[in-house]
Amino acid sequence: MAKKEEIMEAAKETAKKVATKVAQKAVDVAEAALDAAAEVVKEATTPIITPEMAKIPAGPLELKWTNYKNHQKLVNPANKRRLDVIVVGTGLAGASAAASLAEMGFNVLNFCIQDSPRRAHSIAAQGGINAAKNYQNDGDSVYRLYYDTIKGGDYRAREANVYRLAEVSNNIIDQCVAQGVPFAREYGGLLDNRSFGGAQVSRTFYAKGQTGQQLLLGAYSALSRQIGKGKVKMYTRYEMLDIVLVADENGEKRARGIIARNLVTGRIERFFAHAVVVGSGGYGNTFFLSTNAMASNGSAAMQMYRHGALFANPCYAQIHPTCIPKHGDFQSKLTLMSESLRNDGRIWVPKKLEDAKRLQAGEIKGRDIPEEDRDYYLERRYPAFGNLVPRDVASRAAKERCDKGYGVNNTGLAVFLDFSDAIQRLGKDVVAQKYGNLFQMYEKIVDENPYENPMMIFPAIHYTMGGIWVDYELQTTVKGLFCIGEANFSDHGANRLGASALMQGLADGYFVLPYTIQNYLSDQIGVPRMSTDLPEFAEAEKAVQDKIDKLMAIQGKRSVDSIHKELGLIMWDFVGMGRTAEGLKEGIKKIDAIKKEFWTNVYIPGEANSLNNELEKALRLADFIEIGRLMAVDALHREESCGGHFREEYQTPEGEALRQDDKFAYVGCWKYMGEDAEPQLIKEPLDYEFTERKTRNYKN
Amino acid sequence: MRKFKDGETITVEPWRSRAFPVIKDLMVDRGAYDKIMQAGGFVSVNTGGVPDANAIPIPKPVADEAMDAASCIGCGACAAACKNGSAMLFVSAKVSQLALLPQGKIEAAARAKAMVAKMDELGFGNCTNTGACAAECPKSVSLANIARLNREFLSAKFKD
Repeated sequence: MAKKEEIMEAAKETAKKVATKVAQKAVDVAEAALDAAAEVVKEATTPIITPEMAKIPAGPLELKWTNYKNHQKLVNPANKRRLDVIVVGTGLAGASAAASLAEMGFNVLNFCIQDSPRRAHSIAAQGGINAAKNYQNDGDSVYRLYYDTIKGGDYRAREANVYRLAEVSNNIIDQCVAQGVPFAREYGGLLDNRSFGGAQVSRTFYAKGQTGQQLLLGAYSALSRQIGKGKVKMYTRYEMLDIVLVADENGEKRARGIIARNLVTGRIERFFAHAVVVGSGGYGNTFFLSTNAMASNGSAAMQMYRHGALFANPCYAQIHPTCIPKHGDFQSKLTLMSESLRNDGRIWVPKKLEDAKRLQAGEIKGRDIPEEDRDYYLERRYPAFGNLVPRDVASRAAKERCDKGYGVNNTGLAVFLDFSDAIQRLGKDVVAQKYGNLFQMYEKIVDENPYENPMMIFPAIHYTMGGIWVDYELQTTVKGLFCIGEANFSDHGANRLGASALMQGLADGYFVLPYTIQNYLSDQIGVPRMSTDLPEFAEAEKAVQDKIDKLMAIQGKRSVDSIHKELGLIMWDFVGMGRTAEGLKEGIKKIDAIKKEFWTNVYIPGEANSLNNELEKALRLADFIEIGRLMAVDALHREESCGGHFREEYQTPEGEALRQDDKFAYVGCWKYMGEDAEPQLIKEPLDYEFTERKTRNYKN
Repeated sequence: MRKFKDGETITVEPWRSRAFPVIKDLMVDRGAYDKIMQAGGFVSVNTGGVPDANAIPIPKPVADEAMDAASCIGCGACAAACKNGSAMLFVSAKVSQLALLPQGKIEAAARAKAMVAKMDELGFGNCTNTGACAAECPKSVSLANIARLNREFLSAKFKD
């Protein structure tokens, strides 16, 4: 009897278990179906930007720009005089745009936060500028520059834009030489070239290690000429704090001016123009420590974003592999060593862990390690490109070695960049001629002679490929609001190749915007100059004033920089070189906490209505916090690794980035939905017509 | 800074020059340098319509010399170091760079006169060849540029 009962009991138990399992399975299936359905609904409701909306001209790739120029609308000289254009920023993009527009006859109001237009951060670029001149007869062409750029960007840039960039690259070199930019030359008197990462030809033009400076001075001299002629009105030490939109007769809002703060007097002023062009640079300083100038900021971009412009691909930030490593907690910025150094320098770490330990303890120096104990890991992993792999690849490889414990300085976060081979091969004099000022700069900062002991380098935030979404005309989704240079997202995809930033800034400013803006302005010739007493201007000014008053009233306990440093650490740890879903979620939580801390506990000394550096920094930090969050949100949504965005979940067994082309071959654009609301995702699919997507291979 | 010993005194002061008024603390207004540049520190070419870059060959030594002059960063140390508050090194660097290159030669005479006149107008002092400017210059811009400026300026005046 007992047995029967036992059997019954066991059977009941089993049945129960099976039933539970079946039920659980049904629930799982239902849940999965719900998830899938939600995904489908989300997919169906995610707005799409079509090529028509992006105003990409029809026709074959190499004819798109020509077709555009042949059919765009122009403004005649008499009407140009009646139109005003505001240009914010005086870097390569801003200065070249302001100068070119003024030469054409428009009245330009040009603003910069520095004390002189020549102090824009473009000045710091060292290595060079690309162009498809094929002066070296090594098989270069417009197509090849296009292909290298789009491949280097991990196939996440727009084909039409990149091709145009490659096309006008040659005009830039001609223009700069005509301005008197002293590019390096061969003994025959013709221009010299060097090679840069991600390319197998020598197409980089350079002026010692100060190419950015010389190009910016070229644009600055063109700008100065127009200021002297009165065609550009220059406002230095002015910071744009808002954009003013005014509705036209059809109710469509158009950018008609800006609100700017005079940084010397603290006065808030209003400016009108028929169109507004923003070339305010990137947002790399979100990370606090970066190679960007201290004043570089993302506030202009955030103002555009809040007025309806889309923020595209915020998570694409470039980590540059060759920066001087961080040396202490009181450091406020990092210094870049030019990528051109990788032409002749070889990157290595010790093969043996115990050598690395002794280097970290300071017991030996790099030169003490014999050749056979050095691991030239880039040459080992990527034989075809060696030390000249693109930046994202080189940075991750350095991180990989350091994570494994092979770092070579006291923090264990550095690798060697060694010139001893080049010095033996070329002689010290040739090396000094090529890189002298970089070596001198390194010695000044680190107090070590790079001719005798290998340089130490480590990756740092350097450039942001993401930025404000613009169409083919460089116009944002707000009518009359244009965005150029690093501030926009357009040409570099998920990763920028070296010597391409200068190219893009000048392409936008000299050769693209001055054309495309006319297509917009030709409709505006009937619009009279507006008074800045309009209610739209008054409201915008009041909003700015209210924000400043709110910040000044907090009077908390923490300095702006201390909060910014904390934000930077979170960004580096959770939204840095290796990202994970878990880490990003954690990061977003921490950024939200920082936002709360900032708005309740920041302390700004001094007064708002006078020169006040802390207030300037606080206004910028308020926006950096928002950008940081947006970067994390975008990085979390992009479940793939591409270019500067590396999600640890998506990598090949060898640790290379793994793209998910079927799901993420689009530009991720974010629309502002309100101060505390989550932004809305809008996609611009990148359906390639002319280029085949391949796995980026720099191995063979 | 690493060359200083603990306890040593470091004197910090704003650029001292009549043409650089102090704004606040260490901040000065160096706008005068921009104004000199606006008077003639450029080659008068518009965007577009220029010849191919290699159509203007420039001997390497000339290009290198122009590059050395062009490395001026416009910091103002030269004028601040000069007991006369002279901006000659700054002006001469730009005049030299453009006078050396064929692109800039065409306007060389007009440029030298315009930039020197502007410099005088803005209250910078005269050059007495003390060389303090070149000694302080962080980019090692050489005094030879001042000699070249004098030559350019004089020959321009003789042509008048």
